[in-house]
Amino acid sequence: MRSVIAVYVENKYGVLTRVSGLFMRRGFNIDSLTVGETDDPKFSRITITLNGDDYAREQLINQLKKLHNIKQVKLLESGSSVERELMLIKVANTAETRSEIMAAVEIYRAKIIDYTTAALCIEVTGEPSKINAFIEVLKPLGIIEMCRTGVVALERGGSIMEK
Amino acid sequence: MQTEKMTGSRIVIETLIEQGVTDVFGYPGGQVLNIYDELYKASDRINHVLTAHEQGASHAADGYSRVTGKVGVVIATSGPGATNLVTGIATAMLDSIPMVAITGNVPTTLIGKDSFQEINITGVTLPITKHNYFVSDVNELADTIREAFQIAKSGRPGPVLIDIPKDVQVAECEFEFKGLVPATKQPEAPDCDIDKAVELINKAKRPYIYIGGGAAGAGMTADVEALAEKLDGYIGCTFMGLSAIPNSYERFLGMQGMHGQFASSMANKEADLIIGVGVRFSDRATGNTAKYSKNAKIIQLDTDLSEINKNVKVELGLIGDIVSSLKRILERCEAKTNPEWREIVEGFKAKGKSISDEAERRSKGAMTPKKIFDIINEIKDADTVIATDVGQHQMWAAQYTDFEKPRRFASSGGLGTMGYGLGAAIGAQIASGDKTILITGDGSFGMNLNELATAVSYNTPVIIVVMNNGVLGMVRQWQTLFYGKRYSNTVLDRKTDFVKLSEAFGAKAERVATLDEFRAAFKNAMEHDGPYLIDTLIDMDEFVLPMLPPGGSIDDIITTKEAKV
Repeated sequence: MRSVIAVYVENKYGVLTRVSGLFMRRGFNIDSLTVGETDDPKFSRITITLNGDDYAREQLINQLKKLHNIKQVKLLESGSSVERELMLIKVANTAETRSEIMAAVEIYRAKIIDYTTAALCIEVTGEPSKINAFIEVLKPLGIIEMCRTGVVALERGGSIMEK
Repeated sequence: MQTEKMTGSRIVIETLIEQGVTDVFGYPGGQVLNIYDELYKASDRINHVLTAHEQGASHAADGYSRVTGKVGVVIATSGPGATNLVTGIATAMLDSIPMVAITGNVPTTLIGKDSFQEINITGVTLPITKHNYFVSDVNELADTIREAFQIAKSGRPGPVLIDIPKDVQVAECEFEFKGLVPATKQPEAPDCDIDKAVELINKAKRPYIYIGGGAAGAGMTADVEALAEKLDGYIGCTFMGLSAIPNSYERFLGMQGMHGQFASSMANKEADLIIGVGVRFSDRATGNTAKYSKNAKIIQLDTDLSEINKNVKVELGLIGDIVSSLKRILERCEAKTNPEWREIVEGFKAKGKSISDEAERRSKGAMTPKKIFDIINEIKDADTVIATDVGQHQMWAAQYTDFEKPRRFASSGGLGTMGYGLGAAIGAQIASGDKTILITGDGSFGMNLNELATAVSYNTPVIIVVMNNGVLGMVRQWQTLFYGKRYSNTVLDRKTDFVKLSEAFGAKAERVATLDEFRAAFKNAMEHDGPYLIDTLIDMDEFVLPMLPPGGSIDDIITTKEAKV
């Protein structure tokens, strides 16, 4: 089962290592981890997506709560939160595939951000399922390389996650 | 507000004193020269104990903490000094012992350049500390040390490391004198959960209170006993719970688990309610968790929420200050009488006794471990501290020692650190001022016997009982039972003469081969002011019994050497 967990941390020495080290130490398999500063530069927000059962999820949350620099840990329910991921993907630019690529870009509301005679670089955002679908469309058209940010997520509505 | 301009190294010492530290253990070196210079100047206010090796210092700080409950402090230099602390810090982590380790490091300008004796010790110790710090600014040093002490002793205690580069030790800033930082008050379990617990407890007809290091560390002896009385129940413990309840208390069944008492393991199995207090249901105490106490409802009291449901699924977790939870349960629960349960458990006690009598009868050696401990128990007093290393002797100490008071036991439980004992015994003796007996084996003792030098230097009255069987007995026991008696690398047969060795270090020593000799030597040792080693020759095929095989349960109990598994 997939879970999305938001973690509010102090921007202190080694905090990301502490968090990622915990996954290794306790044998958790995570799908993605993103991190970035918040509006208050003293704090960062980490979003973790985990594939595991209830036991793994509960242990991950409880073990995270014990880390000293971690201020809050919250499980984001899929119905009441929004998730986005960004991907940059480079595909071969050939006369035979170009129009099909352009059509896919249009339909997926993606953007071409670099164009050379050799390759097209495309930016796309959305939920992970959309990103996955987009990759499937481009696969037969010649993917050169790609890069995903991992999921960021916020709860819907006015609720906030504070220190 | 009283402030004074001072160097980082002086701030270290002033903050330690401010936090109530009277003794530190350590070993000097290049990157802690400044701290040692300040220790020299403050030697009338803080006592430094120089060990033979940083590992010994870390175990000494740990032993010091186990008998006092205070935060143990250890200081080491960068690089190898710091890495030598690793086993000691990990030992403290696994047993939740409050400790502050202070290491020096190369100046910040040399960090990350593989400089001489540079190691990223915060990275190395990340998984084995409760928290750690790299201090890059002298202005943050004092508050970092204060916070480290607070983290070490609050909630579930543990080790904290502070790495201080040399230039931060040299740099100056204003130091503000503050007071002792108290432990953070832990949240209390909600009242509705206490009521649920009381409801479960009131229904129970076979209550079993199962205590661990958390209860021992929090000094809960009286409350646990009072609860057992009120519920007409019994108490068992984990290895880490030993010494919290006096062995003479009739409702105390002793340690349960792999080498535990038959009665406590059986009571645990047959109980309809288990009240776990500061325990983590470790594999050594529970055996196969799939088969663990299927008939019982479990209530778990712990301050660490990640322990609830970690190893076994519980009916109810009371997360928060365990002292408060237990006191509130005690106030609200009904007084009970459970004559049927008492009869059952008294039966287990009798059966347990006959099992151990039978094992004792079959023992071929004249100097059986039980008889050795009978003599120790007879001669030691209530305040005597027992420290151990790891192996068969440790389990015999756990099974046979008559503990009379809390905090009289220093032994590595979770990590199982061979070589822990001598350093820990020295630390425990210095902390308590009481006679300390190290029970060790020839294997474990060989690992860190260099600390004899420390015991001699400080004339520490530590009695070292080496249960010398010439083999790595615990591993040999497993090889006998599970590896077809293929004794791979466990027959030591070293030619080390522990008596001459002790004398070379400047310690008194005797070798004994009979119980009468042991008794006489032990009396001499108790009267001697200083370290005293008794090389105690025992049979190499003594077993620790009973034994529950790994991954097994009480149904698989091994009671004699001849048993086939």
